Amino acid sequence: MPVTFTVNGKSTTVDVPAEMPLLWVLRDVLSLHGTKYGCGTGQCGACTVHLRGRAVRSCQTPVSNVAGAAVVTIEGLSPDGSHPLQKAWQELDVPECGYCQAGQIMAAAALLAARPKPTDSDIDAAMNTNLCRCGTYIRIRQGIHQAVRTGAEELAPSAQPATATPEVAK
Amino acid sequence: MSSTLTLPRVDRRSFLKVTALAGGGFMLATYLDPLDVLAQGRGGNAPPLEPNAFISIDSNGIATIIAKNPEIGQGVKVMLPMLIAEELDVEWKDVRIQQGDLNPAKYGGQSAGGSTATPNNWVPMRQMGGAARHMLIAAAAQAWGVPAAEITTTPGRLVHAGSNRSAGYGEFASAAAKMPAPVLAELKLKDAKDYRIIGKPIPGVDNFKLVTGAPLFGSDVKVPGMLYAVYQRCPVIGGKAISANLDAIKAMPGVKHAFIVPESHGGGSMSGVAVVADSWWYAENARKKLEVTWDNGITASDSSAAFSTRAAQLAKEAPHSTSRTDGDVDAALASAAKVVEASYEYPFLAHAPMEPPNATAIFNAANGTLEMWAGTQQPGGVVNTMATALGIKPENITVHLPRMGGSFGRRLYNDYVVETAVIAKTVGAPVQLRWSREDEMRQEVFRPAGYHTLKGGVDAAGQLVAWRNHFVTFSVAGAPTTNAQGQPQAPRLAGSATLNPTEFPARFVPNFAIHQSLMPLGVTTGAHRAPGACAISFVMQSFIDELAHAAGKDPVQFRLDLMARTPIAIQGGGGFNAERMTGVLKMVAEKSGWGKRTLPAGTGMGVAFHFSHSGYVAEVAEVNVDAQKRIKVNKVWVASDIGRHVINPLNAESQVHSAVIDGMSQLMLELTVDGGKVAQANFDSYPILRLRQAPTAIEAHFLTSDNNPTGLGEPPLPPVLPAITNAIFAATGTRVRSLPLSKHGFSWR
Repeated sequence: MPVTFTVNGKSTTVDVPAEMPLLWVLRDVLSLHGTKYGCGTGQCGACTVHLRGRAVRSCQTPVSNVAGAAVVTIEGLSPDGSHPLQKAWQELDVPECGYCQAGQIMAAAALLAARPKPTDSDIDAAMNTNLCRCGTYIRIRQGIHQAVRTGAEELAPSAQPATATPEVAK
Repeated sequence: MSSTLTLPRVDRRSFLKVTALAGGGFMLATYLDPLDVLAQGRGGNAPPLEPNAFISIDSNGIATIIAKNPEIGQGVKVMLPMLIAEELDVEWKDVRIQQGDLNPAKYGGQSAGGSTATPNNWVPMRQMGGAARHMLIAAAAQAWGVPAAEITTTPGRLVHAGSNRSAGYGEFASAAAKMPAPVLAELKLKDAKDYRIIGKPIPGVDNFKLVTGAPLFGSDVKVPGMLYAVYQRCPVIGGKAISANLDAIKAMPGVKHAFIVPESHGGGSMSGVAVVADSWWYAENARKKLEVTWDNGITASDSSAAFSTRAAQLAKEAPHSTSRTDGDVDAALASAAKVVEASYEYPFLAHAPMEPPNATAIFNAANGTLEMWAGTQQPGGVVNTMATALGIKPENITVHLPRMGGSFGRRLYNDYVVETAVIAKTVGAPVQLRWSREDEMRQEVFRPAGYHTLKGGVDAAGQLVAWRNHFVTFSVAGAPTTNAQGQPQAPRLAGSATLNPTEFPARFVPNFAIHQSLMPLGVTTGAHRAPGACAISFVMQSFIDELAHAAGKDPVQFRLDLMARTPIAIQGGGGFNAERMTGVLKMVAEKSGWGKRTLPAGTGMGVAFHFSHSGYVAEVAEVNVDAQKRIKVNKVWVASDIGRHVINPLNAESQVHSAVIDGMSQLMLELTVDGGKVAQANFDSYPILRLRQAPTAIEAHFLTSDNNPTGLGEPPLPPVLPAITNAIFAATGTRVRSLPLSKHGFSWR
C-alpha cells in the first residue's frame, strides 16, 4: 500500500504493507538508521520519533497511521546537530555505548517542546520509559537541565550563533 | 610513491615499521613476527606485512590515530588514542580517530573484556606515540644540523631553542619516515607532571554522530543487495531443528529464503531455521508462522527451581571437593563467642544489551572471501571458526568492528557471527542477521546462578576467627568424564561459575575453608560484566556484614580490623592488597559521612568493597525503604583505586555511574529456566533499572596509588549490590540473602 508522509521535512512515499511499523520503514526502506530497535514492544524507547510533534514509539506505529503526517527523526531534529539537547549531550559526554541516546534525545525534545522549563519530576516522568542499559540516567537529567539553560540563552538577543562543529576529535 | 622501511625487531615479537605517505606524512607501525603469529595459531599463513598505521601524520600536522579495540561503551576508542597522543605530543584537537579493522598481526590484541585494555596498553601505546615523536625529532635534527638531544617539542611542533628554529610536525612527517625507529624499551617517556592529555576530561569521539543519528553500529550497516535474516533456534536451548514448514514460510511476503541449519558450526553457534527477507520485519513476521520439529537435547531437564532445591540438599551433604583449608574451622567455631549461619543464593542473569546481537556478511563464492561487520568483544576468536565453517582460508576473511550498542559480556561469544557467515554463504547474497530482543533473552549465555551456605564465628573481642563456605555451583552437563588417555578427569566447571580460593576474606581469617559441590547444567554460562565478582561480592560482603553486626562492631571498622591482619601469603605473591582496599574504604567512609550523619527513620547506609579486575573499590549506599517495602537509593558513594592515573576522568565517572546502575538492575532481575526454556523474553519480564529509580547522585572518587593504571569498566559493579542490601538491613533490619529483591516483596520506588 503506498503511504505518503513527510520525514524530516521531505515528502516521502513508500509502498509497503499498511501494518509495517514505522521503525522498519525508516530503517530498512528509507535507510534512516538513527532510530533504533531495542525491544519491538514499545517498552524501551530506543525507537522514539516525533509524529505530529509528539514523541511516539515507531516500533508500535503502523505506517498507515502516519499517512499525510509529519515525522521527525533524530536525523532531522536540527539541521546541524545544534539543538540544545544535542549540544548538551556532547558537552556532558552523556552517551556511553550511545545506542539508546537518539531515543532519549527525541523523548527529551518532545518534553522541552511541551514544557520548556521542566521540573525534576517532569523529567523523571517523561524519561522513565526510555531505557538506558549503560545507566547514563544521571547525565541524561543533567543534559536536559543544561539544554534548558543554554536553549534559553540562545533565544536571548545577545546570543552568538551556535557552532556546528564540536570541539572533539572526529 | 610510498617508500617503506622495515626496521630491526625491537623486542621478542614486534617490529616497528615506517611507511612514508604519498604527499608527505608517514605511518608508524608495529608488526608481530609472522613466525610467532603462526606459532600462536592466529591464521593459516603468515599475514602479509602491510603498513600498520597506528599513527599517520599528514603534511598539515593532523595526526590520525587508530583505535584498535572494539568499542562497547567503555570509552576505549578515546582512551587508547589518548595514550598515543600524549607521547606523540600533539594537541587533542589535531587528532583524528579511526576505528581499526581486525588485524592482530598489525595491532596486537584486539578485544574488549576483563577491564584489560588499560593495563595491557598503558605502556605499549605510549611507546608508540613516543617512537613517532622520536623520529620527528631525528628528522628535524638532520635537517637543521643540530643534535637530536637539543630538540624539544611543544604540542605539534619541533623546537630548537639554540638556533631559534621551530616547525610543525607536518613539515617533517615525510622525512621522519626515513629515520630509524627507536628501540621501544629505551624510549624515554614523559614525566607524568608534563601530561597534557592523560588525566584530562575528553568526551567520546563519536558523540556528534551519536546525537545526530549517523550510522555507527553493526545494525546500521547496509551494503548493496543486502537481505535481512532472522534465525529461530530451538526454544529449549541447544536443541536441533529436524524439520519445518519451509514452503509455507517461503510463500510469505518479502521472504527470499528459508532453510534449516541442522548442526552447530562451532563457536557456540547452534542449529536453527533461517528466514531471509527484503526487510527484517518481513523476516520476523514470517518467523512467527514457523512450525518446527525440534530435538530438544540435554538442556530439557534444566530448571531454576529444581537447581535451587537440589543445591539446598547438596549443601547438607558432604561436599564434592575442598578448594581451601586454613587452620581448624570446626575447633574455631566450637570456641567462638558467636556463630552465624546463613545461606545465600543468586539467580541466572541475562546481558540484555540495548542493541541485540547482529552481524552483516558478504560471502563471495567465486574467490572464497568473506567480508564481515561484526560488533564483537572477541573478533580474533571467530576467524578460524568461520573459515572452517565456510571452507575458506582465514586470511580471506575481513572483519570490520562497528561500535556496539552495549554488550556487558554477551558479545564475548560469537555464536551470532558464525551463524551470519553460514547464512550468507547459503543464500549467496549479502545478509544482515539481527536477533530480536526475544532471541537475545531466550538464547543467552547465562550469568550462572550460585548457592552458598556459610558459617562464621567471631571471638569475644569481636574478631572474625572462623569462616566456612559450602559453594554449590555448576559443571557442564555432557562434558567428557575421561581425558584423551581414557583416565577419569574432574568435571568441567561451567563458565564463570568459579569461586576463587583467594577471594577475600580468604587469607585474612585463620580458620577458613571453601568446599564445593556441583550440579550438571545444560545451558551455557559465561562472563557477565565483572564475571564471578558480580555475584560473589554480594555473598562475601553481606556475610561479613552479618558477622560485623554479630560482633557488635561498626561494619566499616570490622572490615578495617580484618584487613589490618597479616594475610596468609599467596605462593608467587600478588592477590588482594589490603593496604589499597583500606585506603578506598577509609576514603568512602569519609566522603559519605559514615557514622557521622543522623538518618531519618527507614533510611540506612550500607558499605561494601570488592577487588576485581585489578581494581580496588569501596562503596557506600544510602537507602530509604518505605512501609510498602519500596526502595529508593538516595545516593551512592564510590571510591576507587585504579592506580597512578585516571586516564580520562570524564569517562571514568561514566563507568562508575554505569556500574552502579547496572548493579542496581541486577538486584531486581532474574532469568529463570524451566525445561531448558527461558521464561523471560523482553523488558516487561526482565525490568532493567529505569531513570526514575536511579539515585539522585553517584559520587565517583579516586584514590591514586603508585601502581600502573588499570581498568574501570568492571571493578565498581560488584560492591554496589551488597552496599545496597547492607543498607536495606540498616534501614529495616531485614537481611537479604537471596536475589532478586522482588522475591522478598521489595520494589523500586
